[in-house]
Amino acid sequence: MLTLQCPYCGVTVEETELAPGGEAHLKRFGPGSSDDDFEAYMFARKNPKGVHFERWRHAYGCGKWFLAARCTATLEVFGTYPAQTTEPPADLIAKIKEKRPTWEGYK
Amino acid sequence: MSDAVSALNGQTHDGFARVAEAGLRGMVTIRADLDSTALAAALGALGLSVPAKRQIVSAGDTSVGWMGPDELLLLCDYAQAPHLCADLSAALAGEHALVVTVSDARAIFTVQGARADQVLQKLCPVDFATLPVGELRRTRAAQIAAALWRSGPDELSLVCFRSVAGYMIGLLEVSARKGGEIF
Repeated sequence: MLTLQCPYCGVTVEETELAPGGEAHLKRFGPGSSDDDFEAYMFARKNPKGVHFERWRHAYGCGKWFLAARCTATLEVFGTYPAQTTEPPADLIAKIKEKRPTWEGYK
Repeated sequence: MSDAVSALNGQTHDGFARVAEAGLRGMVTIRADLDSTALAAALGALGLSVPAKRQIVSAGDTSVGWMGPDELLLLCDYAQAPHLCADLSAALAGEHALVVTVSDARAIFTVQGARADQVLQKLCPVDFATLPVGELRRTRAAQIAAALWRSGPDELSLVCFRSVAGYMIGLLEVSARKGGEIF
């Protein structure tokens, strides 16, 4: 069972209280963008084996979206942070790099 | 004025704990910046304060609970709710805020007894052993959203949407049946 800490409520909640929102930190390409950019935004996902940044919603709690970093292979959760950011916090990246020295970074 | 009735007319069931629909209760949802001084002043006038994260504070018959980083739920006497709603709306008039009476959109339940926790332990993914008095926890009860807190010695209160009140009392009644004690 995946358990994540909601950064707004501070409670550690289990998966059934949350709604998944797919990959985090996508850059939107809307009207006027090239077909390739739009296709990549719409369909291309990293789907890595390893460190992954995800969107989750505390659906049965405060109802807010937040972001989480976890490992898709081991289900280890590195941390969660509020969604009002365009990239992961530096301290979280440092923590992940320490645990996964071969990780290529979030981009 | 129409004759207001609660969702289940105070239905109660006695098992190893007593579960009851708690009847009419005034509820007002406040969506606002919780750091607002106007909000603090308006709640202060009621003898309350802006609750800290996940807390519920009470003064007499009135309570206010933290529902989210921008949301509070005020519980009060049913007849008082529209007046309190109007007062709070006026107090927050200049701000980006929303105050709505939701008394008739919600249902409130109580679970009473020394084993009250066990009724909800079967329904909610919450660690009741570490749930202190004065904490409001939003979670789910089986398939529906609920907010719960310890409202007295050996008593828990639950709030859910009125439309699912029948489902909630069904859950509670089955969960509280004699012979279903966990320990």
